[in-house]
Amino acid sequence: MVISLRPRSPLPARGRRRKSVLRQEAIDGYVMIAPWILGLVIFTAAPLLFNLGLIFMEWSILTPPKFAGLGNLERLLGDRLVPIALYNTAYYTFIYVPLHVVSALLAAMALNARLRGQHFFRTVYYLPSITPQVANVMLWMWIFNPEFGLANVLLRAVRLPPALWFADPEWAKPGLILMGLWTLGSAMIIFLAGLQGVPEPLYEAAKIDGATSWDQVWHVTLPMISPVIFFNFVVGVIGSFQVFTSAYIISGGQGGPANSTLFLVLYLFRQGFEFFRMGYAATISWLLFLIILGFTGLQFYLARRWVYYEGSAR
Amino acid sequence: MSSTALADHRTRSPAAVHGRARHTARGLLIAAGLYLVLALFAVTFVIPYFWLVSTSFKEIGKEFLYPPQWIPDPFVWRNYVEMWNLLPFARWFLNTAIIVALNLIGATLSATMAGYAFAKLRFPGRNVWFAICLATMMMPGIVVLIPQFILYRTLGWVGTNLPLWVPSFFGGSAFAIFLSRQFFMTIPYELDEAARIDGASSYRIWWSILMPLSGPVVAALGILLFQSHWNEFLGPLIYLPDRINMTLSVGLRTMLGLYSTRWNLLMAASVAMTLPIIVIFFAAQRHFIRGIVTTGLSGR
Repeated sequence: MVISLRPRSPLPARGRRRKSVLRQEAIDGYVMIAPWILGLVIFTAAPLLFNLGLIFMEWSILTPPKFAGLGNLERLLGDRLVPIALYNTAYYTFIYVPLHVVSALLAAMALNARLRGQHFFRTVYYLPSITPQVANVMLWMWIFNPEFGLANVLLRAVRLPPALWFADPEWAKPGLILMGLWTLGSAMIIFLAGLQGVPEPLYEAAKIDGATSWDQVWHVTLPMISPVIFFNFVVGVIGSFQVFTSAYIISGGQGGPANSTLFLVLYLFRQGFEFFRMGYAATISWLLFLIILGFTGLQFYLARRWVYYEGSAR
Repeated sequence: MSSTALADHRTRSPAAVHGRARHTARGLLIAAGLYLVLALFAVTFVIPYFWLVSTSFKEIGKEFLYPPQWIPDPFVWRNYVEMWNLLPFARWFLNTAIIVALNLIGATLSATMAGYAFAKLRFPGRNVWFAICLATMMMPGIVVLIPQFILYRTLGWVGTNLPLWVPSFFGGSAFAIFLSRQFFMTIPYELDEAARIDGASSYRIWWSILMPLSGPVVAALGILLFQSHWNEFLGPLIYLPDRINMTLSVGLRTMLGLYSTRWNLLMAASVAMTLPIIVIFFAAQRHFIRGIVTTGLSGR
């Protein structure tokens, strides 16, 4: 996605009149972004700073906060559930995001071909993405029901051993991943928009040069939409590091079975709103924030090797 | 940008099947294969829905038959009535609708206003502010969860729906600002110029000239905002603990604890929660098509 920072230059005015016009425009500009700036300060920047302070506090909300020094950090290092939550979160992210991006890309490429009924297919593939997540999760809990669920009915039909899914620590995370893959719609739509932005003459030129369909995908389509692939990866990683709702619902808020769906955000939520350890929850949120920041930074660094921006000198 | 592509009938750059290639035997083969794969996956996407709707009409006990009953027999409409009576469903519906509506109003107003300023007005520091706006899009919301809770608790907002919509009046979301800014960039500057010469202020241009032209972006924003707020779970879970004030998402979750074996009722509730958003989606699709045709909203 190329984001140009320069809007079209407005009308050229001259002399003092120009000056007052410009001043008025600057005032208007600030007035019009003022609500956003206020919101940024009140709801994001100030809380972010406050959250930093919370690391050094012990606060149960019900009693006044106490200074705890490095107590929360010590607790974080000694907490045996933190490595488990980290492992679960990493497992989910590193398996789910690549599968998610690749399947969304494949779906978008198939649906971008000139086919009859593509409108129907697009709608069908997008439907799960507009289904409310809670309804989605409930439906999949029913599908993954160990005794009566559709998934095991199918497994039995093809003579495979049925799984216990969300009741089995081994199968709970793969179950969540499968469930998540069902909602590839929004990434698919972003890919579709990207695919439609690839200039047709590039394909024409490639064909004249004797490129096969495969060559065109490999040497035209993929490089041209690499910014979109990158975008979906970045957004996907940020989102899936924060996986919460599905795990909360399938495990009744506990992260079970046997802590197998205890993701970092779920753990943070439990510490904050179940045990009322605000300081410790804030500490966990910083850990998560730094991890996400690190991975996002890494992706931006790696992007220089593989993301192609049209029009940028390289 | 994103949702608009769904409704686009034109396809400009087919990756695999090209116009002329389809008339050759190989082209036909590729097309047939593609159809097969698409249809196969479409089935896997549709079956869960079928299962959902089918279960919601099943008689109690019939959910557990093996092999499963695909068409409910008998067809029990009463499940929906029972579900509606067991839970304050109408109330939850209303709670959710109020929150969603306030978010839509707040975010649309404040995000298009900021988007307009970023797209059309020159002011010192604009690019810096816009870069900050883009950066906040990538900030994980979870890092302000705890301090925001403390803020709202200090304000006495916990137990009310205020934390769930007031922030929307302050810029909506960074993504909403970005989307409207990108849209306003596609509207010719001559329009602003003409209005300015006629003496219109920036606010007037935004509200009376550009907003009436912004149907497509407002529709796209609307559907994205509707979707995210209709679905929101963590916020209502934290801020609305009282049963009567709950939203649909959280209410539905509590139902899972209470009637964990009544899958027909749970599925009926899921259908009831899903239907409005599907209806709205299909209703709004029309606008997307118009948006694509008139403006060609793209990710640039």
